[in-house]
Amino acid sequence: MSVPSCDQTLLLQADFDGELDAAQSAALAAHRASCPSCQQAAADLAALRARLKTEATYHRAPERLRRALAARAAPETAKPAAPWRRMAASFAAGAALAASVALFLAPQPPGLADDVTAAHLRSLQPGHLEDVLSTDQHTVKPWFDGRLDFAPPVKDLAAQGYPLLGGRLDYLDGRPVAALVYGRAKHEINLFVWPEPGADSPPTTTMRNGYNLVHWRAGGMTLWAASDVEKSQLEDFTALWRQEP
Amino acid sequence: MATRPDEEDGRAFEAAILPHLDAAYNLARWLMRNVEDAEDVLQEAMLRALTYYSGFKGENPRGWLLQIVRNAAYASMKLNQGARSVPIAVYAGGEEVPSHRELPDPGDDPEAALLKSRGRQGLDRLLAELPVELRETIVLRELEEMSYKEISQITGAPMGTVMSRLWRARRLLTEAAKAAGGDS
Repeated sequence: MSVPSCDQTLLLQADFDGELDAAQSAALAAHRASCPSCQQAAADLAALRARLKTEATYHRAPERLRRALAARAAPETAKPAAPWRRMAASFAAGAALAASVALFLAPQPPGLADDVTAAHLRSLQPGHLEDVLSTDQHTVKPWFDGRLDFAPPVKDLAAQGYPLLGGRLDYLDGRPVAALVYGRAKHEINLFVWPEPGADSPPTTTMRNGYNLVHWRAGGMTLWAASDVEKSQLEDFTALWRQEP
Repeated sequence: MATRPDEEDGRAFEAAILPHLDAAYNLARWLMRNVEDAEDVLQEAMLRALTYYSGFKGENPRGWLLQIVRNAAYASMKLNQGARSVPIAVYAGGEEVPSHRELPDPGDDPEAALLKSRGRQGLDRLLAELPVELRETIVLRELEEMSYKEISQITGAPMGTVMSRLWRARRLLTEAAKAAGGDS
């Protein structure tokens, strides 16, 4: 990607970024076939994107800040020191906001959804995401053998935009469970699976601390998907996962 | 659960905005380039977001929040101007694109070997050294996967400017990465 020696360069880039309609894109493809400069530029664009995807740091909000935000009220006006406490105080000062602050103070009913959220959060700590790092379901599945007393269903959804990143063991509901990790852009989806007797149940979506959770039961397994992706996207993931044989 | 209007607002805020906390922090962190300032900016941005949320009717909460973060970050950088603006001040003057020679050359750097073996730090560092208007554009495009239109709305730059900034950012990164031998 040295000197842009072709006047189609920005168009090429727009095509690379999915910003062109079909007709523009087709016209550009015709030009590109005979333009070495554009071919080189396209290769450079793809190479840089691949490196950014794997090497550039995506800075996640520190858990401390997330918790402070979710539980931010508690206006200890005596101690205006910490910025987050100052923020809390200013929240509390607004009468209109008082009720919404109370919402955040209200204790969540303890339950599995909170445990799943906590497990998801733990997994986001550096180095905690996957024990077995593999995009190959045939590697991930045998890894669980001997580590669990059941065989979790392992599916790859790379073709649908949710590549399998790996798996690990977690502990939920008083037992070891399988955690499958899927990627979506720079976000992760944890899918927790363990056997639980009972009838199948359709997916239901809930939210905890800003994270979306989808829970369903199928084939004697209970499944929880947890992620910070949009609600609709997590539901899309769930639907695709359930369709996949 | 009671359903007072304010409480519904709070719940709607939690549902619409909190899922984008990572995106907000990521942008703040890449703009401010250190943890402390990024946290201050995030705090300020979330305060503004909560204050103005009741007036927000749009359909793109992530874009809306990132615009607030970006404004808070620029306000903070302006306040700190002179105090600690090193590479930003160097580049902010003109529209002239610095050549890759103006980026730190890892070849002259005792850490070069380390950087080569640790690509993440190398690329992160190159990204951090980009002029701020190029940096925000490529972070929004490649890390947040936002469209040109969304980037234009967040940064307030016309679409054509977004496109040329994106191109310049990519060209600088590609050249610098090649110079560092990172693309072998």
